[in-house]
Amino acid sequence: MDANIVAQSLLSGALVGSLYGLSALGLSLVFGVLKVLNISHGELLMLGGYASFWLFSLLGIDPYLSLVIVIPLMLIIGVLLHLGLFRHVTEFDEEHRIKNSLLIGFGLTLIFQTLAIRLFTADDRSIATAYSTDALELLGLRVPIVRFSGVFIGALVVIGLQLFLKRTYWGKAIRATAEDWRTAALSGINIRQMYLITFTLGAALAGIAGMLVSLQYSVSPNIGLGWTLKALIVVVLAGLGSIPGTFIAGILLGLAETASALVFGGEFRELVGLVIFLVILSVRPQGLFGARHA
Amino acid sequence: MRKRRYTALILIVIGIALAFLPASPVGSNDILTLLITLFIIAALASSWNILAGFVGRINLGHASFFGIGALVTRELWLGADWHPALAFIVGGATAALAALIVGAPALRLKGIYFSVGTLALAEAMRLTVGTILPRVSRLPGPELRSYELAPRYLIALGVLALIVAFVYWLRQSKLGLGMMAVREDEEAAKSVGVNIFFHSLIAFILSAFFAGLAGGAFAFYHVGYYPNFPFGPEWTFEALLVTFVGGIGTLVGPLVGAVFFVMISDLLSSNPDLLNVHLIVFGALFIAVVLALPGGIIEVVTRLRRRVLVAPKQP
Repeated sequence: MDANIVAQSLLSGALVGSLYGLSALGLSLVFGVLKVLNISHGELLMLGGYASFWLFSLLGIDPYLSLVIVIPLMLIIGVLLHLGLFRHVTEFDEEHRIKNSLLIGFGLTLIFQTLAIRLFTADDRSIATAYSTDALELLGLRVPIVRFSGVFIGALVVIGLQLFLKRTYWGKAIRATAEDWRTAALSGINIRQMYLITFTLGAALAGIAGMLVSLQYSVSPNIGLGWTLKALIVVVLAGLGSIPGTFIAGILLGLAETASALVFGGEFRELVGLVIFLVILSVRPQGLFGARHA
Repeated sequence: MRKRRYTALILIVIGIALAFLPASPVGSNDILTLLITLFIIAALASSWNILAGFVGRINLGHASFFGIGALVTRELWLGADWHPALAFIVGGATAALAALIVGAPALRLKGIYFSVGTLALAEAMRLTVGTILPRVSRLPGPELRSYELAPRYLIALGVLALIVAFVYWLRQSKLGLGMMAVREDEEAAKSVGVNIFFHSLIAFILSAFFAGLAGGAFAFYHVGYYPNFPFGPEWTFEALLVTFVGGIGTLVGPLVGAVFFVMISDLLSSNPDLLNVHLIVFGALFIAVVLALPGGIIEVVTRLRRRVLVAPKQP
């Protein structure tokens, strides 16, 4: 096999992987802090993707610039979903919390998917800007600019989140809530407020990933489950709690996918992640929180 | 006990009436098609309910057993020229065998990890089947020319009747009581000598077996479809919706939910403007049930009946 082809495929794998990492950040954050698994995360990503697609094709707004509208929009959706639905789930004890959140996320998946089919039709949509085909030459490899921007934006988001969680009051309070919500509540942290902020932030992160998906690939109403699964695989790979770790795990998943496509053929690309996921689950059946919470 | 006998009597009467439907003037092809859809969804939901309702495990990969049943039945019937009845039983048995193999590692997963694990497993199966068998499976000429709806209808009805009869028995059997004990409190169940793993595994296998039979009915009924279609997550999701909205853990819940689901989708799909709206309606109903009404429609009916029956006695 030509070394150049291998390098080129691995590079594009890493670039896809940065999107996996980005889409997993929101899921991981919400899972870690609220102890709620939102399997409609992929649908939020889909909504973000459609938002920037329509802003581009109807109003001609540049996809990167559209984040100025997409992010507030996703924040609003996040607030509504949390106050309307997920807030009630966080009142349950931990076992019921996670089970009911799964079920509610599932109901939302169905609603969002059907709404998207009715409003936007089932067609694949992607943003084709004037610079979509431009590419950088790097050591003899071609990197489309829009794909490279995924890594750049991903890295910015990771740094931003890291600063937010480590340096600000809200960030520290959120980490304390994730660690032990009872102690956090006893030390005067308004944990309901932290839940709201975290969930909303998760929705906004899904929206950013969605913009990049519609710019680099395409959006259609049924992409949600696929992205949720990718995000879940990344979360299982990385464990909970580390923002850079999650992003890097995403890139690793992208690399693993292309490596398996090179070795076994393209149709096995999607399978490798699921296999990794099942192997990790069967080695650690107690789940991600580990013995500490068992 | 008397109430339970009434339920059985009503179900048997409905079953017999439905069995004679194809021979009666009411049994037009439209009605039969609608009812076949209903029977398959109700059967799939009832089979999902065996694990979810009795043991309390949310299996999000149920479609894989439905798919295995459909695949094996179809291949043996059309590919290997077996008698449909035999292909059918082997289809169900293969699904049960798959559950036996997957069961031991899968059931070790706690709560939500079981759910996402089975979801990933079903997706892996769907992708694999789609890769190996990418082309539409069609009925060959002779089968197509002799195609009749009535036997398909009776088979789907038969599968449903079998599952309902089984769940009816299960509810009052020692096995079923053991399963419900596991659902309510694992520690307490263990302390009175209930083997948690055994009961969960048996429920998983039975649930897969009946899903496999429902898949067989699907394979026997459809003229042409992609072999990985019955492995799709939408089958799991429909079973889950129908069971929750009807009433999880009850005998008639999945049946009532399925009737409701098929009726709403039929009513709404007659108007092209309302295509797929039934999924939004059901998604919203489902969320409402999860948050506010864990018993589903059945509980509403029970509460209302209690109120109507009790109220007149009060001064």
